[in-house]
Amino acid sequence: MREGEKDPSLYDFRPYRGRPKLNWPDGKQVAVWVSPNIEFYELDPPANPHRKSWTKPHPDVVGYSHRDYGNRVGHWRMAEVMTKHGFPGSVSLSVAMCQHLPQIVEDANARGWEFFSHGIYNTRYSYGMDEAQERALIEDSIKTVRDATGQTIKGWLAPALTHTPRTLDLIAEYGLSYTCDLYHDDQPGEVHVKQGRLISMPYSLEVNDHYGFFVYNMSPREYADTLIRQYQRLADEGGTVMCIPLHAYLIGQPHRIGPFEEVLKHIAADGRAWITRSGDIADHYMREVTA
Amino acid sequence: MSLEPEYLEYPLRRQGMDHDYYGYASLFDRPPIAWPSGKSVAVAIVVNLEWFPILPADKPFRAPGHMVTPYPDYRHYTSREYGTRVGFYRMLDAFAKSGAKVSVAANSAIGERYPQIIADIVDAGHEIIAHSTDMNGAIATGLAEDEEHALITASLDALETASGARPRGWMSIARSQSFNTARLLAEAGVSYMCDWVNDELPYRFTTAAGDLINIPVNHELSDRQIITVQQNSADSWVQQMQDAHAFLTAEAKIFGGRMLPINVTPYIMGLPYRMGAFERLLGWLAAQPDTAFHTTGEIADALAPA
Repeated sequence: MREGEKDPSLYDFRPYRGRPKLNWPDGKQVAVWVSPNIEFYELDPPANPHRKSWTKPHPDVVGYSHRDYGNRVGHWRMAEVMTKHGFPGSVSLSVAMCQHLPQIVEDANARGWEFFSHGIYNTRYSYGMDEAQERALIEDSIKTVRDATGQTIKGWLAPALTHTPRTLDLIAEYGLSYTCDLYHDDQPGEVHVKQGRLISMPYSLEVNDHYGFFVYNMSPREYADTLIRQYQRLADEGGTVMCIPLHAYLIGQPHRIGPFEEVLKHIAADGRAWITRSGDIADHYMREVTA
Repeated sequence: MSLEPEYLEYPLRRQGMDHDYYGYASLFDRPPIAWPSGKSVAVAIVVNLEWFPILPADKPFRAPGHMVTPYPDYRHYTSREYGTRVGFYRMLDAFAKSGAKVSVAANSAIGERYPQIIADIVDAGHEIIAHSTDMNGAIATGLAEDEEHALITASLDALETASGARPRGWMSIARSQSFNTARLLAEAGVSYMCDWVNDELPYRFTTAAGDLINIPVNHELSDRQIITVQQNSADSWVQQMQDAHAFLTAEAKIFGGRMLPINVTPYIMGLPYRMGAFERLLGWLAAQPDTAFHTTGEIADALAPA
């Protein structure tokens, strides 16, 4: 990005109207990827001068234990319904999960899920890092996931969505191919970086379960209906990407998982969805579309 | 600009949790639990019975539901009292009608101010658990250890005096604890607490003063969260409890006993326009074949000894 300028110059302006058709494999209309955020929040993390981790004095018992519910309870429920209906996960991973709870990482890996980095912990933020520190974070992410799963990460979702002006250039330099941190489009597109090639992968804040439940205050059934409407529209338009970003501590709750399963059933039965992983979408796009 | 080097050091990055209170255990990888009723789904109703002084202390924080306007806040003081005088009695009648035995998380000030209510709870066979002294009795880091100890003891003593039995369970205001709370509760002889919401079954929690049990009373399912915070209707709340119940019933067939915690508040759920929905849910739950109402004390007892 162009640091300090009004326009960060992240990408070119390309209006939605008049674009060449983006074709997905087997004539599918919409690439659907489900993105569980598998996160570890620390009980007593050090302070970052630019952002508080917990809103309350440590220990923030409800804040911490609510997240921990995702790992003890929610993940297993969410993973089961995804597998049952044929949806692989593309995991936004707090990579310290590989040390803390390897059983969850191994479970996701065994299900054929992809991993990309979501930082070390969701309580350690990139704000204020110098270049060497940010390189250490990226190198740690690549090595930790490779050692634990054999996978080489292709993507990045900044820890707790905290960035520096150099993040995108650095992840491209390290060979990553996509970022999930930009929300300007329903299709992948080129991101301006100093070297290498980086694309933006449509993620979503709007249909993120966190937004659904705690920004828009939806009931579980209203959230399920929202996902179906989002899917129908993007499938009708074609050449699009739909991401369903999830947190096991939210969607894995007993009052939410049932309505959510209906969404997966609906999409799987519709027939227009390329049900896939973010890295596969990125690979396909980079082959089909010249930078 | 750079961060202190310690910010990129991770001394607790190790297998398991980043503390020693409990080990990791997946809900789906435990011996099946059996409830005393022999039913597969235990509905654990916890009613918060609270007294809000019209002078909030804000030490260490102002409790949810506390005073809002400049002094004197008649609006919130009396609305909370409405729950205690009126809404709670509607609930007691509804529990009697549906055969539900529940746990009442009571401020000890209720026992000191309104001993009749405590007698009515005891006569109906419900359990009383300690919920601090009054709604100025919040706990968080910053509260001195001796003050926290005094608060826990005062709550237990006053509730024992009012009810004739020392409470075995504890729920903190807003489920907020300091790093000392679990140990101080164990020292005070409390056998279970209801503050950590990381699970759906009781589990053992370790402190320097010995173990106690944590019963996760899921805040996500509470009337406060769904109706007051998320602003869903009472009918939607009932639907959400029924959806949760259906899912847990199916899961219990494979994995053993499941718990549906229902945390309600008299000044929220006990209002005339919501009460009918709550009664409908109680009646529906009472009619479910695989389901029984259990107090949190019964839930704690169902956890096998360590």
